[in-house]
Amino acid sequence: MTREDIIKPENLVYRRTPVLTDNVMHYCPGCGHGVVHRIIAEVIEEMGIQDNVVGISPVGCSVLAYNYFDVDFVEAAHGRAPACASAIKRLRPDTYVFSYQGDGDLASIGCAEVMHACNRGENITMIFINNGIYGMTGGQMAPTTLEGMETVTCPYGRDPELMGHTMRLTEVLAQLPGTYYVTRQAVYTPVLARKCKKAIRQAFENQKLHKGVSFVEITSNCNSGWKMTPVQANKWMEENTLKYFPLGDMKVDGKFAPNFMERVSTFDQPNETRFSLRSK
Amino acid sequence: MAKELKLMKGNQAIAEAAIRCGCDGYFGYPITPQSEVLEHLMAERPYLKTGMVVLQAESELASINMVYAGASTGKRVMTSSSSPGFSLMQEGLSYIAGAELPALCVNVVRGGPGLGTIQPSQSDYFQTTKGGGHGDYRLITLAPSSVQEMYDFVELGFDLAFKYRNPVAILSDGVIGQVMEKVMIDDYKPRWTNEYIEEHCPWAATGHRAGKKSTIVTSLELDSLKQEGVNKRIQEKYRKCEEEDARYEAIQCDDAEFIFVAYGSAARICMKAVELARAEGIKVGLVRPITLWPFPKKAVAEIGGRMKKILCVEMSAGQMIEDVKLAVECKVPVTHYGRFGGVIPTPVEIFDALKNMIK
Repeated sequence: MTREDIIKPENLVYRRTPVLTDNVMHYCPGCGHGVVHRIIAEVIEEMGIQDNVVGISPVGCSVLAYNYFDVDFVEAAHGRAPACASAIKRLRPDTYVFSYQGDGDLASIGCAEVMHACNRGENITMIFINNGIYGMTGGQMAPTTLEGMETVTCPYGRDPELMGHTMRLTEVLAQLPGTYYVTRQAVYTPVLARKCKKAIRQAFENQKLHKGVSFVEITSNCNSGWKMTPVQANKWMEENTLKYFPLGDMKVDGKFAPNFMERVSTFDQPNETRFSLRSK
Repeated sequence: MAKELKLMKGNQAIAEAAIRCGCDGYFGYPITPQSEVLEHLMAERPYLKTGMVVLQAESELASINMVYAGASTGKRVMTSSSSPGFSLMQEGLSYIAGAELPALCVNVVRGGPGLGTIQPSQSDYFQTTKGGGHGDYRLITLAPSSVQEMYDFVELGFDLAFKYRNPVAILSDGVIGQVMEKVMIDDYKPRWTNEYIEEHCPWAATGHRAGKKSTIVTSLELDSLKQEGVNKRIQEKYRKCEEEDARYEAIQCDDAEFIFVAYGSAARICMKAVELARAEGIKVGLVRPITLWPFPKKAVAEIGGRMKKILCVEMSAGQMIEDVKLAVECKVPVTHYGRFGGVIPTPVEIFDALKNMIK
């Protein structure tokens, strides 16, 4: 195939979506943020809503998300993205509104805002990147840090007696009547990334239905914070994180997914799994 | 325009004015003594009348961040609270000022510090006029002294907020919030259309780009030189605001030898003290700052400069007195009289304080 053939539109096999800007991303190589950004941008392009969407960026690694999306963006205070998204959707109901938060932002400082936005059934899409650590500030413990996992603020491993338990907030949110679609996805393999895209597409499509919150958790890695190579981090995540945070739908079309309540009913059992990063 | 006379509480006047001046959204959380704002809005159901959004948020943190986001999209949005709740909003107000957004925030002050009391006070003057939140910013502050001004300052507050793209506070107190007075209310004004906002608020992240570049609303700037530039621009706005929008009222100052300087409900009480004093032949007047920031420095300097002595009356341990002393550059003796912790001074005790100062 000659160069002339290759550049013909009918031979196009891949292009970057114009919903992403030309700015160079600041994310660490191997981090899931870049993949999720691209998926969201592709969904916005495919739905043809680029001219009718407002994104809310958090405080944390993705604080600068607004530099990478070519859509209107509002940068929220730490943890308040769901409150911001609620207000914008109510004031501009014909606009697609999505919030984008990490686990420190959403599950720790912003716990009240996410609970109440979900409980009110705001007609918005929430994207939650859970990598079990504070990345931007240098690898501190998050509510989602696994028991036994070492971070700079639990250097001897998370001890639940001293530091509390690993929080599965998404399972809690799924039980609120205001959530319509709740799912946990990952993006560390091509197959999972494609499934995740389907979920995010669904979460945006749902805004047309006015039925409540569509919430997509993406379990991700933080190779810098975990002090691993990207490949090691993904392997560790698969072997450890996903045991405590299993992938899959929790609520679809306002109904619990099969086995969801059964799984939640085991949450009173002692957590036998202890993890250690250092030993890996 | 059809006007109508109504008897209402100060807090209700805030709510009614919001509906009638074309406010797009109110986000609030209950706290005494200002809960009637949210109660009146919920009872009036403005979403059926003008399309105004009303939401009881989960906390003051959520309320102020809803206001931040609403303002980001060019909508005219507001919240209200009382002292402890207003403290919780300070971070959000700093973000609103930093992102250069217009918003209105009402503080119906109660006595502090801490949980304090639910009775009226003016002890949040420093917090409101000197910062409150972090960073170099100012809150344009209106101080109503009647229920009519509670009503009027809502629209004025939005006008100033959009003129300067800066948060505006109405600094009221439990007296003005709770007292019932006659109020002249306006007919309903239409809210701004989305097309109007597109045209007049190019800074707003409306989500409707229609071919234009995407808009980002943020107060974050990692480059310190650029951040200094943002600060310089904001400071220029503040200088302009000091020049153009410092407001005050001078009562019986022309022949006066002494003046009270007081704002809000303390100014109302001082008006009676002026009557008592003049009945006994003491030539006293009143300067009532209407904007606390920008403080009417020139007026206080000019009028105060002619006086023998100045008595600053506040329902606090002495906060505005610092601005009065700065305005007259301490060339005229300035004395303070204050009751605080929720205690309201009587006209007689203010008159006694005046006599003590004079002798």
